[in-house]
Amino acid sequence: MTNSIEELADSNLILVTGSNTTEAHPVISLRMKRAVSKGAKLIVVDPRKIELTKWADRYVQIKVGTDIPFYNAVANVIINEKLYDERYVSTRTEGFEAFATHVQNYPPEYSAEICGIDVEDIYYVAREYAKASPGAAICYTLGITEHSCGSHNVQSLGNLGMLSGNFGAYAGGVNPLRGQNNVQGAGDSGAIPTDLPGYQKLEKPPIREKFEAAWGAPLPKRRGITKITAMDQMIRGNVRGVFVMGENTVVSDPHANHAEHALKSAEFVVVQDIFLTDTARLADVVLPAASFAESDGTFANSERRVQRVRPAVKPPGEARQDVDILLDLFNRMGYPQQLESPAEVWDEMRKLAPILAGITYDRLDKGQGIQWPCPTEDHPGTQYLHRDDMDSGMPGFFAPVDHVPPAEEPDDEYPVVLTTGRRRSTYHTGTQTGRASGFDLLVPHEMCEINPSDAEAWEIEDGDTLQISSRRGSVTVSAKLTERSPSGTVFMSFAFPELTRTNDVTSDAYDFITETPEFKACAVKIEKAAEQNPEWRTAQAKIRLAGEIVMPTKLKEQQQTCD
Amino acid sequence: MTTFQSTGTSPAGTTKPLNLQVNGVGVAIPANSRVLDALQKAGFDVPTLCYDERVGPKGTCRMCLVEVEVNGRTETVASCTTFAEENQKVETHTEALNDYRKTLLEMLLSETSAPKKFPEDDNTAHSEFYKAVQEYDAKAGAIPLLERRKPAPDPNPFIQRDYDLCIACYRCTNICNEWEQAGAITVDGRGQDSQIFSFFGNNLLDSPCTFCGQCINTCPTGALTDRKLAGIDPHETEQTKTICPYCGVGCGIELVTKDGELVGTKPDFDAPSRGSLCVKGQFASWEFVKSEQRLKYPLIRKDGVLQRASWDEALDLVATNFKKIVAEDGPDSTVFWASARVVTEANYLLQKFARVAIGTNNIDNCSRT
Repeated sequence: MTNSIEELADSNLILVTGSNTTEAHPVISLRMKRAVSKGAKLIVVDPRKIELTKWADRYVQIKVGTDIPFYNAVANVIINEKLYDERYVSTRTEGFEAFATHVQNYPPEYSAEICGIDVEDIYYVAREYAKASPGAAICYTLGITEHSCGSHNVQSLGNLGMLSGNFGAYAGGVNPLRGQNNVQGAGDSGAIPTDLPGYQKLEKPPIREKFEAAWGAPLPKRRGITKITAMDQMIRGNVRGVFVMGENTVVSDPHANHAEHALKSAEFVVVQDIFLTDTARLADVVLPAASFAESDGTFANSERRVQRVRPAVKPPGEARQDVDILLDLFNRMGYPQQLESPAEVWDEMRKLAPILAGITYDRLDKGQGIQWPCPTEDHPGTQYLHRDDMDSGMPGFFAPVDHVPPAEEPDDEYPVVLTTGRRRSTYHTGTQTGRASGFDLLVPHEMCEINPSDAEAWEIEDGDTLQISSRRGSVTVSAKLTERSPSGTVFMSFAFPELTRTNDVTSDAYDFITETPEFKACAVKIEKAAEQNPEWRTAQAKIRLAGEIVMPTKLKEQQQTCD
Repeated sequence: MTTFQSTGTSPAGTTKPLNLQVNGVGVAIPANSRVLDALQKAGFDVPTLCYDERVGPKGTCRMCLVEVEVNGRTETVASCTTFAEENQKVETHTEALNDYRKTLLEMLLSETSAPKKFPEDDNTAHSEFYKAVQEYDAKAGAIPLLERRKPAPDPNPFIQRDYDLCIACYRCTNICNEWEQAGAITVDGRGQDSQIFSFFGNNLLDSPCTFCGQCINTCPTGALTDRKLAGIDPHETEQTKTICPYCGVGCGIELVTKDGELVGTKPDFDAPSRGSLCVKGQFASWEFVKSEQRLKYPLIRKDGVLQRASWDEALDLVATNFKKIVAEDGPDSTVFWASARVVTEANYLLQKFARVAIGTNNIDNCSRT
């Protein structure tokens, strides 16, 4: 996030797009609700009628994968009606002229047609967003990034942030909400094929030399390969050894059959995890690790805040903390490290990464965590980025991006769009929430959310067992009728892989720059399964999806009489 | 309850701080603060039974009343609702105030079952209300007992609702409706007949409740409690401050342990998340840790089957095989995948391992998925 969670409560306007915030980031949604209570406007742009729309001043239901035409048209209105921040644009950005010309290709009427919305929605969003700026925040998450044009989607939002001067504005910014407890920290630590710790580019010789001197070893010059590429290389026999730490790739990655095939093709696979996951079952060596509750270290949250993680209990059996296992492995490879504890590891890292340099365990233990960049030990940390200048030291570049439809669009054989995501009471592949007592009463199994009008046309009833198939695979799942899904689009999570491995079906397309998989759109066909599971029907009879109220029949009848 | 110390501030509006005297002690607080902020900052404590800083002052329980001197005249005001003024003199524990608080507490005691349950009921004994009762030596029965409110026989597995302990402070309905804005519970009836009620049919599973657990965490009496912590004596537990293992919000939690075993979770009110949690952080952040399915020893595939091995065997095998592959096909024939679920320090070591011990930049994490 460019800005901070707490700031959102002070925003003039919050535009939430591709984020089911009340379910995926419930505690961030509290700040959004707070802002609305204090008079801020809330705009939700999302294909699904998510719970947050209940708080929205305007809900814009665009079709899956039409973000770029929508935001280009919003930019078109902001520019043509001269609602942008001219001073900001002229002093802090570059490429405005070309961008202004480019968005003339996206008149509101044209984009409204592509997005399947009323053209007035585009004018409304453009005018309100510009009027509320600076101090208007955009929040997004995987609904924006998990597309084959995901990085361009992000740029289309960045364009708006620059036009309106929201980069560097309190309670403004363009804010990706991070999905996992330490996804930020994993990036910060340099676990990226292109970057050394602290987002320092390894292809720059002075950077590499600094690390070579500190680590006392020559470093490879060429950037590494991403997970997606690595899996293809395993199948081709070019990648033979694989080390997976704390990730259930087979279930969490798209086109699961492909991931499984890749790992089976690799010669030697090591998995370090807390459970014998589907991925660990494919390994040659499985190393038992400590869970978060048994680990000492830090997590970095969505707002770049580094916070201390402390062990409350000992790991079970012979399981060991990840840090301890890796230090042992260094020894056995002949590279002994002069490090003994997570605190010492952190100290080595922060001294090499300027954005983390001022963050010490001592400071973390005394306060409420510290937000990077924090260059020195007397620096308080950074609440929001780009305050006086772009933090990159360069001007912000407008990106003229074009509409790219999802790689797989519905056709006669696979006529329905499947989009995936989370629900509030289940998480990711279910290894954690699936083991919490009582949670089966909240969401008992995987459900495919279908608009009632589609269900009627397809002759499907709530609780029917369905066979959902794509070009890559097929799963069985229970039908859940809900207005949350737009007509022609269905939704599933992937938290119940034992009976419904959703990612057997999802697309194998990915973003051409970041290689983020296109989880948010693939084409499927839906049929009633030959074998029905009556338990599913009973178990979900009383389930409420977020934002839905199931009124007792008696009250419903009374209400109808009143109508 | 501590007041949240904002970690950052709006660049707008930094006005002069106010100087007050609380029980003769000078204290400076930011402009637009309440008297309660001043006395808390000066280190004085008054019961605040209807107060949760997240929803702001309500002024209904009257327990935080203090005497302030204004224009030479002494007035008794609720410190939570009253704005502090420059040079204000505040008295928090005069004899009259102490007597007044004692009487109020005795009135509250007359409407709850707490007298019977004190002190053997541990959740109650740990509550803000009971601490105030002890501090002010309030006596159950000093005021004739009234009819009890009724516990809700609610079958949900998360929230125990013993409304016979309720003192109608409405912190639960305030946090539910104003902070969470879930709208699951409301007040039904008036006065002594008032009762907390949920839509529809008083069963939380049928209501819009999201089971965020905030009503439990704000309840000052123990009327609302965590069913997963039922029967556990808080005096015998320890709390460890750490971070929730789910999404990227990074809410502060306290893992509750008893005899070295995890038994539950509570929110960390000192964290930037201000005590907020969702259903996962509140009710699903520790049972998986204790699962019998946890991996307890290393495994090595022998004859096609994963079998128990020692750490030495397992790690030597890892080192040997990686050395062999690197020797035969070069370092780029290996890949390393870090994790968004483990601590940053471990991710740092894995990338360093790939780059230094192996010699490849083939290190990635699941930020793409």
